[in-house]
Amino acid sequence: MTTPAAPAVLDRTGLNALVEALVASGRTVIGPTVRDAAIVLAELGSAEELPYGWGVELEAGHYRLRRRNDEAAFAHSAGPQSWKNFLHPQREKLWSADRSADGQLTVQAESAAAPSYAFLGVRPCDLRAIAIQDRVLTGGHFKDSGYQERRKGAFLIAAECTEPGATCFCVSMGSGPGADAGFDLALTEVVDQAGHRFFVRVGTEEGAELLAEVPHRAADSTTRESARTAVADAADRMGRSMPPVSLQRLMGASLEADRWDDVAARCLTCGNCTMVCPTCFCTTTEEVTDLTGDHAERWQRWDSCFDLDFSHIHGGPVRKSPHSRYRQWLTHKLGTWHDQFDSSGCVGCGRCIVWCPVGIDITEEVSALQEEAER
Amino acid sequence: MTALPVPHRVVDRHRETHDTVTLRLKPVGEALSAFAPGQFAMMYAFGRGEVPISVSGIPRDGDLVHTVRGVGAVSAGLYDAQVGDVLALRGPYGTGWELSAATGHDLLVVAGGIGLAPLRPLIHDAVLDAEAYGRLNVLIGARGPAELICRAETGRWPTAYTGVTVDRPGDGWTGQIGVVTRLLGLARFEPTATTAFVCGPEPMIRATARDLLHRGLPADRIKVSLERNMRCATGHCGHCQLGPLLLCRDGPVVGWDIAEPLLYVREL
Ligand SMILES: Cc1cc2nc3c(=O)[nH]c(=O)nc-3n(C[C@H](O)[C@H](O)[C@H](O)COP(=O)(O)OP(=O)(O)OC[C@H]3O[C@@H](n4cnc5c(N)ncnc54)[C@H](O)[C@@H]3O)c2cc1C
Ligand code: SF4
Ligand code: SF4
Repeated sequence: MTTPAAPAVLDRTGLNALVEALVASGRTVIGPTVRDAAIVLAELGSAEELPYGWGVELEAGHYRLRRRNDEAAFAHSAGPQSWKNFLHPQREKLWSADRSADGQLTVQAESAAAPSYAFLGVRPCDLRAIAIQDRVLTGGHFKDSGYQERRKGAFLIAAECTEPGATCFCVSMGSGPGADAGFDLALTEVVDQAGHRFFVRVGTEEGAELLAEVPHRAADSTTRESARTAVADAADRMGRSMPPVSLQRLMGASLEADRWDDVAARCLTCGNCTMVCPTCFCTTTEEVTDLTGDHAERWQRWDSCFDLDFSHIHGGPVRKSPHSRYRQWLTHKLGTWHDQFDSSGCVGCGRCIVWCPVGIDITEEVSALQEEAER
Repeated sequence: MTALPVPHRVVDRHRETHDTVTLRLKPVGEALSAFAPGQFAMMYAFGRGEVPISVSGIPRDGDLVHTVRGVGAVSAGLYDAQVGDVLALRGPYGTGWELSAATGHDLLVVAGGIGLAPLRPLIHDAVLDAEAYGRLNVLIGARGPAELICRAETGRWPTAYTGVTVDRPGDGWTGQIGVVTRLLGLARFEPTATTAFVCGPEPMIRATARDLLHRGLPADRIKVSLERNMRCATGHCGHCQLGPLLLCRDGPVVGWDIAEPLLYVREL
């Protein structure tokens, strides 16, 4: 390992050049952009497509774009998607099987080459979410080879958080607003009297090489200080927080809590929270056959523990009641995830709060469980 | 998902009951690595899908034996497989019974219905290595005589005690009647030096474990095999969770000390 390159400063032109260089090297660059009244993650042809000047207004069950009075590109918190949409896609072909006239069976792995991704603007909470999915899908005895392939080639450009939303609580989950590892490059957006620019830290050799290719200047102390202050201020402006207790222990002790009935009376078991959550990884499989009946394909798609079929075994589902399904979601996320994968399954991004059609708030549910436990 | 299912040809098909068959499968090309009793394979019926099925026989020649009850689309597809047909399997997955950890103990094998299938290779190992263990007891329960599997074999196992009981006897049944736990009083074992291996429907597992605890078996000496929905068997799909466990990885065989607190939470 060589010592990482010194921090640098990029301006908007530099950021454009960075994206151009990534595109030129054959990468599919994914980043935030405004589409259909939301900031979505999509393929970017140029850094000019970033949501310059847009912010978001977030509340439980509520998401709205709003104009900012500056031109910041990364001053918005999590949108409806996360990077799992690309690394662990909604649908994925696993293998296909062909049956010949004499009854022989040939099984073939899906061989489509994974795109070489560059992710621009990965929030620290989402960096943590990627690390959590890495652990789930590639950290055990068996590896999810498709995920592994896509992940291995992905170039990550983090954007530290300077504008948390009203539904954010990464500080209490220990996953933000600053990024300290897991990136190739980390940007901190600075908008002050000295102008609009990005403080850049280098995480890997590959990051250093890319930075060297684009116009940049050495970091000055004012930019460094402004960047640090912006992130520190963000930590003080979290809209929400989790109770400062061992959530794993609280979940373990709450299996018979009354609160589950209360939340089950509101929950529609629509599964939105699991779809938007950047760590939720559950999938099911489908068998698809063509008209000849001699070609079959095995597909994997996202599944949700809120779906009644999720726990189906011969004789019926194990988790029939909404009560048991909400409990499964929450106790897995905050409790048994530790037993299974040595970490929490929540990074405090707030997506599940925003995209719940009835505004169920994970932090509020946990607080209620804690109050009940103390009674 | 990593492993691809590996083609196996059905070389023998034995009909156990009206809905259950035992298939002997020979690898068409490469073989899977060796299975241990208690482990399972994901069995693929072409065009239907994959389901978890325990190994019910481990012949020395690398063939695999599986006993399948046709209850739904995929398992019915497996049930329908005829000699010469090709299925595909991946595995082995999950924890085994770990018979060797019971060295010197009396063995108590308790099976409900098709639950005997995953226990069958364990019984074979116990018989082959009889000196290593104390008394072998095999207790089998089924709903009716027509639901009993491995019938030709059961009487031939050299055990200290073999009991077979049915809930609903039909005409001509002269054996035991009632739930399988009623046989526990007839089995020959010293509770403080016994290991039990239990597989069957969940209510039967609970009743058996409760009775055994009562008779003085420590909970961790009661091994049970549990069933949950499984899509991948590689610990990635999330379906087989039972509290902190991923049953494809941490099970299906677990000690009652671990299983009991989980099974007593409704709908966990
Ligand atoms: C570790 C383990 C070992 C087992 N060993 C054996 C064995 O040795 N022999 C044996 O006969 N059985 C065994 N089983 C049980 C066997 O796997 C099930 O009987 C089998 O999965 C039934 O599948 P099916 O599709 O045929 O039946 P169904 O009853 O139709 O469906 C059960 C399965 O189909 C899926 N399913 C059904 N309906 C839906 C739906 N609407 N949406 C989504 N999914 C659906 C579920 O995933 C479920 O797993 C074992 C199970 C486990 C977990
Ligand atoms: S549980 Fe909610 S707040 Fe936590 S990571 Fe998932 S979506 Fe974000
Ligand atoms: S908590 Fe909200 S988003 Fe999640 S399943 Fe219930 S209603 Fe849907």
